[in-house]
Amino acid sequence: MTAQTTSTVRPWDRDAAQVAADAAGLIGSAEIGSTALRRYLFGLPGVDEVGAKGRAAQLGTRSIKTTSKAWALDMVISMIDLTTLEGADTPGKVRSLVAKARTPEPGDAGCPRPAAVCVYNDMVEVAVEAAQGSGIHVAAVSTAFPSGRASLAVRLADTADAVAAGADEIDMVIDRGAFLSGDYLKVYSDIVAVREICQARAAGPAHLKVILETGELVTYDNVRRASWLAMLAGADFIKTSTGKVQPAATLPVTIVMLEAVRDFLAATGVQVGVKPAGGIRTSKDAIKFLVAVNEVAGERWLDPDFFRFGASTLLNDVLLQRQKLATGVYSGPDYVTID
Amino acid sequence: MSERLDVRKTYKLYVGGSFPRSESGRTYEVVSADGAFLANAAQGSRKDARDAVRAARAAQPGWAGATAYNRGQVLYRVAELLEGRRAQFVADVAAGEGLRTARAEAAVDAAIDRWVWYAGWADKVAQVAGNANPVAGPYFNLSSPEPTGVVAVVAPQRSSLLGLVSVIAPVILTGNTAVVISSQDRPLPAITLGEVLATSDVPGGVVNVLTGKTAELAPVLASHMDVNAIDLAGAVEADGVTWGELEALAADTVKRVRRPPTDTEPTWLTDASLNQVLAFVETKTVWHPKGT
Repeated sequence: MTAQTTSTVRPWDRDAAQVAADAAGLIGSAEIGSTALRRYLFGLPGVDEVGAKGRAAQLGTRSIKTTSKAWALDMVISMIDLTTLEGADTPGKVRSLVAKARTPEPGDAGCPRPAAVCVYNDMVEVAVEAAQGSGIHVAAVSTAFPSGRASLAVRLADTADAVAAGADEIDMVIDRGAFLSGDYLKVYSDIVAVREICQARAAGPAHLKVILETGELVTYDNVRRASWLAMLAGADFIKTSTGKVQPAATLPVTIVMLEAVRDFLAATGVQVGVKPAGGIRTSKDAIKFLVAVNEVAGERWLDPDFFRFGASTLLNDVLLQRQKLATGVYSGPDYVTID
Repeated sequence: MSERLDVRKTYKLYVGGSFPRSESGRTYEVVSADGAFLANAAQGSRKDARDAVRAARAAQPGWAGATAYNRGQVLYRVAELLEGRRAQFVADVAAGEGLRTARAEAAVDAAIDRWVWYAGWADKVAQVAGNANPVAGPYFNLSSPEPTGVVAVVAPQRSSLLGLVSVIAPVILTGNTAVVISSQDRPLPAITLGEVLATSDVPGGVVNVLTGKTAELAPVLASHMDVNAIDLAGAVEADGVTWGELEALAADTVKRVRRPPTDTEPTWLTDASLNQVLAFVETKTVWHPKGT
C-alpha cells in the first residue's frame, strides 16, 4: 500500500563508508570529531515542548472506526516486536512466545503475524530455532542491556554473540552517561562499532535498532539530538526505550523522533525506522501512534520495515479488539493466551 | 427576599469506584410517579457496560481473596451507612414508586434488614453449602462454594431499593463482583446505593451501577464474553426486553443464568433466600490424601 515515490535508501543497505560519507555531508566536516558533532547537534533547532505535547494530544483525539479500525488493528499486529525481557525467561517461555507469534489467532488464518520476537541475548538460539521458516524475525537486546554500563569490549562481544546465534535484529542501548556528559563522539563511535558487527552477519546485515532511553534523556532537545546522533552513526531504527525505565514510550517523544527520521530522509534520502517500546498496552494507544506516524512522518512509515511496537501485552488487547469486530460482542481475557 | 432556586442534580454512573459520566455524554430525565422532575441520570452506553465489566473483572480476585469474615464485616458496615442515609432513601423510594411515607419507610427498613441478613451469610455459606464427602478411599473429599466471577444483574424495575438489594447482596457476598443495570425509570435508589458503596469499605469495582435503557444495556452484558453469569430479575416489565432473548444470548458463552422468578415482578417482601446466593457459586471439590 505504500507508494515509494522517490528513490529512498534502506539504511541497512549502506556500508560503513556510505554512512560516514552521509554523516560528513550533514555535519559539513570531512572528519567526524567531537567538536564537529557537538556543533552540529547544538545547531539543531530546539523542540517546542508545549507544541509537541499539544500535537500529541490533538492527534490522540482522532476516532478510527469500522474498516479503518480493522485495517489499523492488523497493521498494529504486523508491526509488533513481541517481547519478553525478564530475568525469569526460560527456553520454554521463549518457545511459547514464538508459537504465539506464529499463530496469534488460532481460529483465524487471516490474522497477520507480528514482525519479530524480541528476547535477551542468550535466548536467541532458542527463538531462532522456534521461528524457523515462519518469516518472523528474532531481535536480541544487546550491548549490556538495559543499562549499557559495561566496557565497549564486553558490549561488542555481547553483540557478536547474538549475531552469531542468528539474530536478525540487534537492539542496542546507547551510553546515556556519555551522552549526558556531552561525550557525543563516544556514543557515535560505539554505534559505529556495533553496526560493523551487525553488517558482518553471514546471512546479510542484521538491522540495528538504537535505544535512546528517552526517559533518561530529560529534555526533548536531548531526544532530538540523540535521534540525529544515532542516525548519523548509522542506526537502522531509533527506539525510544528499554521498557525498564519510566516514562517509556510516550506519544510526544515518539513524535519528536518521527520528525527526526522525516527530516533525515529529506536531508540524506535514507529512511530510518522508529520503534516506540514500553507502556503501549492497548489497541487504542497503538492506533494513536499509527495516526501520529501517518501525520508526522508520512504514509511510507506505515510499514513493519520502518515502524515497530515493542510490546508484550499489546498483542492480546489487539486480538480482543479483532474478535469484537468479527463477532460484534465484547471478548474477554479468557479467550487469549496468558503470557 | 427571593425564593431559593432548585438545585437540579445530574447524576453519573458508578464504575470502578468512581463516578464517570456516560461515555456517550447522554442523560435522561427521571420523573416521580406523578410525573414531576426528580433529577437527570446518565444514560449508559455499551461502552460504559464494557468499562464496567473491565472494572468488575479487575476487582474480582481481590474481593474473592478477602476472607469470608472480612467480606461479612464490610457488608455489615454498608448496612450501617444505608441506615445513615435512611431519610434520603425514603424520599427517593416514595417519589419514584409513588408510595406514601409510611410504606416507603417500611420498604427501606426491609431493604436494610435484608442487607444485614445477607451480610450474615458471608462467613456461613461455606458451612451450609460445602461438605466433607464420604468417598471410597483414603482421602478427604471436600466441596466448597466458590464465586462464579463477574455477574451482570438486571435490577428489578418496580421495587427500586428492596428489589435492588435483594439481587445485589446475594451476588457479592460470596466474592462475585457485579455490574448492575438499575431500574430504568426509578434509578435514584441505585445511584444513592452507589454513593453509599463508594464511601464504604467495599473495594471499587465490586459493584458497578449503570443507569440507562435496560433494552440497550442488557443484551451487551448478556453477550459479553467476559461476564460469567447474569441475573435477569428485572428483565420482566422492562421496556423492549424479552428475557428469553437475553437467555439465548447468554447461552452462546454458557453463562449461568438466573431467570426472573415470576412472569410479573414480585413484591420482593419475602424473597430473601439462600438459593439466591447459591445461584452464583460454583462447587469446587478437592481430594486430599488422608495419610496413614
